Amino acid sequence: MEDTDVVFLWGSNARNAHPIWFHHLLKGIRNGTRLYVMDPRRSESAQWADVWMGLNVGTDIALSNGMAREIIHAGLTHRAFIENATENYEAYAKSVEPFTLDVTAHITGVPAEVIREAAHTYATAGKAMICWTLGITEHHNATDNVLALINLSLLTGHVGRWGSGCNPLRGQNNVQGGGDMGAIPNKLPGFQDILDDAARTRIERMWGTKIQPKYGWNLTEMLHAMDRGELTALLCIGENPAQSDADGHHVEELLRGLDHLVVQEIFLTKTAQLADVVLPTTTSWAEADGCVTNSERRIQRVRKAVEPPEGARDELWILSELARRLGHDWGHPTAEQAWNEVREVAPAFCGGMSYERMEALGGIQWPCPDIHHPGTKFLHARLWETPRGGRAAPFSVVKHEGPVETPDDEYPLLLTTGRRLESYNTGVQSNGFDSPLHVGEALEISPEDAAHLGIADGDAVRVTSRRGSVVAPARVERSLRPGVVFMTLHFPDEVPTNLLTIDAADPRSGTAEFKACAVRVEPAGVAVETGD
Amino acid sequence: MDIRVIDAEPTAEEREAVDACLGAPGSSWEGAAERSAQDYHVAFGGQSMRDRRHLLLPALRALQARVGWISEGGLGYVCERLDVPPADAWGVATFYALLSTTPRAKRVLHVCDDIACKCRGADALCAALEEKFGPAHAHGPDGHEVTIADDAAVWMRSPCLGMCDHAPAALLQAAGENPVEAQIAGVTAEQALLLLEPQNTQHDKPQSTQSTQKAGNGKHTPSSSASSVSSVVPAFNGTVFTASKGEPRLLKRVGKVDPSSIDAYTKTGGYEALEKALGMTPQAVVAEVLASKLMGRGGAAFPMGRKWEAVAAQAATPHYLICNADESEPGTFKDRVLMEGDPFAVVEAMTIAAYATGCARGYVYIRGEYPLATARLQHAVDQARTHGFLGDDVLGRGLAFDIEIRQGAGAYICGEETAIFNSIEGYRGEPRNKPPFPVQAGLFGCPTVVNNVETLANVPGIILDGGAAFAKIGTENSTGTKLFCVSGAVEKRGVVEVPFGATLGEVIELAGGVRSGSTLKAVLLGGAAGVFVRPEELHIPLTFEGARAAEATLGSGVVVAFDEKVDMEEVLGRIAAFFRDESCGQCVPCRVGTVRQEEALYRVRSGKTIGGLRGELALIDEVGRAMKDASICGLGQTAYSAVESAIKRLGIYEAR
Repeated sequence: MEDTDVVFLWGSNARNAHPIWFHHLLKGIRNGTRLYVMDPRRSESAQWADVWMGLNVGTDIALSNGMAREIIHAGLTHRAFIENATENYEAYAKSVEPFTLDVTAHITGVPAEVIREAAHTYATAGKAMICWTLGITEHHNATDNVLALINLSLLTGHVGRWGSGCNPLRGQNNVQGGGDMGAIPNKLPGFQDILDDAARTRIERMWGTKIQPKYGWNLTEMLHAMDRGELTALLCIGENPAQSDADGHHVEELLRGLDHLVVQEIFLTKTAQLADVVLPTTTSWAEADGCVTNSERRIQRVRKAVEPPEGARDELWILSELARRLGHDWGHPTAEQAWNEVREVAPAFCGGMSYERMEALGGIQWPCPDIHHPGTKFLHARLWETPRGGRAAPFSVVKHEGPVETPDDEYPLLLTTGRRLESYNTGVQSNGFDSPLHVGEALEISPEDAAHLGIADGDAVRVTSRRGSVVAPARVERSLRPGVVFMTLHFPDEVPTNLLTIDAADPRSGTAEFKACAVRVEPAGVAVETGD
Repeated sequence: MDIRVIDAEPTAEEREAVDACLGAPGSSWEGAAERSAQDYHVAFGGQSMRDRRHLLLPALRALQARVGWISEGGLGYVCERLDVPPADAWGVATFYALLSTTPRAKRVLHVCDDIACKCRGADALCAALEEKFGPAHAHGPDGHEVTIADDAAVWMRSPCLGMCDHAPAALLQAAGENPVEAQIAGVTAEQALLLLEPQNTQHDKPQSTQSTQKAGNGKHTPSSSASSVSSVVPAFNGTVFTASKGEPRLLKRVGKVDPSSIDAYTKTGGYEALEKALGMTPQAVVAEVLASKLMGRGGAAFPMGRKWEAVAAQAATPHYLICNADESEPGTFKDRVLMEGDPFAVVEAMTIAAYATGCARGYVYIRGEYPLATARLQHAVDQARTHGFLGDDVLGRGLAFDIEIRQGAGAYICGEETAIFNSIEGYRGEPRNKPPFPVQAGLFGCPTVVNNVETLANVPGIILDGGAAFAKIGTENSTGTKLFCVSGAVEKRGVVEVPFGATLGEVIELAGGVRSGSTLKAVLLGGAAGVFVRPEELHIPLTFEGARAAEATLGSGVVVAFDEKVDMEEVLGRIAAFFRDESCGQCVPCRVGTVRQEEALYRVRSGKTIGGLRGELALIDEVGRAMKDASICGLGQTAYSAVESAIKRLGIYEAR
C-alpha cells in the first residue's frame, strides 16, 4: 500500500470506515501513489483522490467491463501473464465487447474520457492495487462484483507481485480471523473445504467426531431457514442481527419465533434482549488471551491486561463448558493450547506459527506451514512461476445487473447505506461515548433534492421504503448527487435504518443489498421522533 | 483532503479576490458556486491540487488587500481552492503581521517605532497619534460582531520598515478593489493625523504599487512626487542619498539612471556581463565567483562561490535560485535602495547565477513592506522578459530561466534562508533544521541557491572585471565593496559604499558626520542582531575579520548612530520587543528566552527588579547564553547580541 503506484479504492470509504488502513494509504500518497476512488458519493476518501469516479449505484460491473474493453482495445493487456497464468480469457474478452466507452459512460454516468484515462492508468502502472469493501459486496450480485475486479487484475497482471494485487479491506480487527478459523459455513480451519474428504476425515480423526459432509447455512440462509421453521435454536456470539440485518422488522419476528435463542455478548444488545439465555463474556481485547488476524493476513497475539467485570466469562471457557454440558468434555484449554490445536488441524495454513515466533516476529502472515517459514507477504506469486505453480486463475464472465430495486414514481430516490468515522456498526460499542462528531443519525441528501422537496438542513424528514418508514433529521450534503440519499446503521434505537433496506441477498455470499433500495423522502412536519 | 470544518461562506468580494489570484475554480469541488452535471460524477484533485499549496500566501495576501482582513469564509474558500485543511491555513494566516484574522479597518497606517525611527522623532509621532486615536491596535480590534465603517482607518506600531534614511517612516495600506500600498517618508504628525481622518479615505486614484516613477536626483524632495496617496501626503518615490569612497560599483546607477528603462540600463553597461557569462561555460562562471572570494552580504558572510559550486554539482533536479530580498533587520535598507534604484542589475545577476548553477526558475522573496521596490523589480522582470533577457531561450543562447516575485507579509524570520522555503511553499515561515542544507534540499526539496540582493548585485562586476580583479578590492579576506545603511543621528542618512577596510568613522563621515547639535553616544553596528560600539571605537576597520577582532559584526551593514537625546534603555526595550514579537515560536530557547529577556529589561527599566540589578543582569546573561547556544536559527542565536553589548560594552547600567 505504501509502495504502490496507483490504488483503485472501489466501493469504499476507507477514510472513515477503515481509518487505520487509510493511514497506510496516506503514507503511500505521500510517497507519490495516485488514488482513484469509485463511489457514488464523493466521500471523505474520494476527497483525497486524484480522480473521483462517481458511478451510479450498482454499476460497478459495467465500469469494470468498460475499463477492461478499453484495456484490451488499446493493447494494454499483459499478454504473457494471461497466457501463463489464466484461463477463459477469450470468453471474457468477448463478454466485455459491448461495453464501449460510450455505453459504459451511459450506464455509469462517468464521462467516457475519464473511464479511458483510468483504464490506461491502471493498465500501464508499474504496480497497481484494487482495494474494495462493502460498496462492492453489499449488493445482490456481490460475488460477480468481486469477480469483475479480479478480472481487471488478471488482464493486466496486477496480482501476485509486491505492490500489486486485489485487496478486500477487512472491517474489524479479526473478521479475517473468523474465516481463518472456519467460522463460515463451507470451510474448516485454514480454509480446508468441508467437501474435501481427505481433509475432513483427517480432522474427524483428530477431533474424534463426525463432521457433516455438506455446507452449512450462511446468515441470510439461516434467516430463511427460520422463516421455513427448519432452524429453531440459535447460539449467537458477538453479533446483533436484530439491528444489523436488512429488513429489520422481519428479522425481529424471526428471532422471536425461535424455540431457543442464546446470545453470548459483552453488552445487552437488542438481540440479547430477545434471548432466552444471555452469556456475558469478556472482550477479546485486553480481557482475554488469544490471537487475531488483521487485513494483511497477519496473525498476531492479543494479551489479557485487565480483569473482566464480575460475571463475565472468557469465551473459551464458555464454549468448553457448553461442550461439557452437551456431553463432550474438552477440559479447559488455555488460549495457547487451543491455538496449538489449530496448528495441528491446519498445518499448511499456520503450522509454523508458535506463540514464541508470533511474539518474536510481531505476528506472521499466513500461510506459514513450518517453523522455519517467514510467513507470506503477498499471495498468488505462483501465478508468475514458469511453469505456473498450481491451477490457472480463471477469468469470469460477469453480467451487469443494476440494483434489485430502482427508483420509480412512488419511491423516487435511491438510498445507499454506509458508515461514519465516529461510529461502529450498530453502535453497541460506540454509542456509549461522547464525541463532538457524534451527532446521531441523519438522512444525507443532495442540495438539489433538498431544495426540490423543501427540506432545510436539520429538518425532520420521513424516509419510507416498501418495507418500513423512519424519521430522521436531514443533512444537506454536497457529496451526494440528486437522486441518491445516504444513511447509516449506527443508531438503530433512534433511527432503525434497516427497516428500510431490502432483503435481496447474493446467493453465493449471502450478503444483502444494503447499498441500494428505493425510498421516498418527505418533510416529517414534526420534531424528530423515534422511528416506527 | 477531507479536513474541513469551516461552514462560513465567502462573500462575493472574497471569491473575486481569491479567483483573481488563483484563477477561476474548475468545478464546484474546487469552490465554484454552481454544480455542473459533470460534477455529479467526477472530481479531480489529489496531488495536482496539493501541488498548488505554494499559492496559499499569495491568496491570503489577495484577501487581505481586497477586504482588509481574512474572514473565516474567505479562509475557507482559499482552503477549498487549494485543498489545505483550515487549521493549517489558519496557522499560516496568523503567522504574518500584515495579515489580519480579525476584522480591521480597510485603511491601516503602519507607523515605524523601531530604533532608527526612534532616533528621529517616532516617539513624538506615536504620542500624537495616541492622543488623538487612542492606543495603536496591535492586532486589530477584537470581537466578533464588529461593524467597521468603510472609510474607517486605524494605525499600528510597526517594526522597522526599512525606510531608516527617511525616518520617521510609515506604510499606508488601503484595502479595496484597487488596493493602495504606499511607503511614506518623513511622515509628520500632521500628515499622519490627516491620513487617518475619514474624509481623506478617497484616494485621488489607484496608485503606488504599480508606479514606476523615476528616482529622484538624490535629494529628499517629497513634494515633487508625481502622484500622492491622498491629497495630503506624498508617496515615496525612491529618493535616496548615496555616497561612496572611490568609484561606486553597486550604486553606480542608483539615483542616476532611470530604473524603469531597460534601454537606460543597457546604455550604461547593463547586460554586458550576462552576454559575457553566456559565452563562458557555467563552470567558468562559478570559477570566477570563487576567485572573487565574494562573501554573502546578508549577514552570515558565507562564500558565495561555494554555494554556487555545490548546487551546480547536485544531480537532483530542478535547481532553484532565490534572491533573498526579505530585508528586515532593523536599520537595514540597502537592498531596497538597490531594487528601487537599479532593479535590472538584480535581474541580470540572477540570470547569471541561474546559468552558472543550472536553475530554470528563480524567486525574489521580497518583504511585504516594500511596495515600490516590488513594483520596480516586477517592471524590470517584465521588461527583461519582453526583451528576451528572461524566458525559454534567453538571448537566443538556449538558457531557460524566469523569475517570479513572491512578497512576504510581515515576518522578520522569513529572511532566514530555510524559512523562505517554507514561506514560499505555503507553510508557516519557520526555519528548518540543517542539515540537509539548502544546496542539497531547499525549496520544494530541491537543490537551492539563496543569495542576498547585495551579494547578487556584485556578480555582473565580477564577471566583467574577472574574479581576480575583484578580489584585489578591499582586503585579503573581505573582497569588494560593501554597502552600509547609515541612519540615526547623522547629517545625511543613506547608503554608503566603501571598499572593505574603510573604518566606521569614515563611513559616518561619508554620511556628513554626526548631526550638528548632537553628541555621539553609541553606534549600533550590524542591526538588532548586531552589537553596539562606543564612540571611541570608530577606528574599527569594516571588514569581516576586523569586525570579528573587535568582537563586533558587520551583519547586514547597519550603522545607526545614537546621540544623547535617545534613551538607550528604551532602545534596548524596543530591540527586546522586536525579537519577542518576531520569534517564530518553534524552539523553546528563543520562544521563551526572548520573552524573559524583554521582561527582565522592563523590570530593570521600571525599577521593579527581582533580586536587584545584579540579579537581573545575571538572569539576562544566562537567558541570552541559552538562546545563543540552543536556538535553531540565527534569530534566537543573536537575540541577546545587542543587549549584551549595551550592557557590557556601553555599560549602560554602570551608573546605577
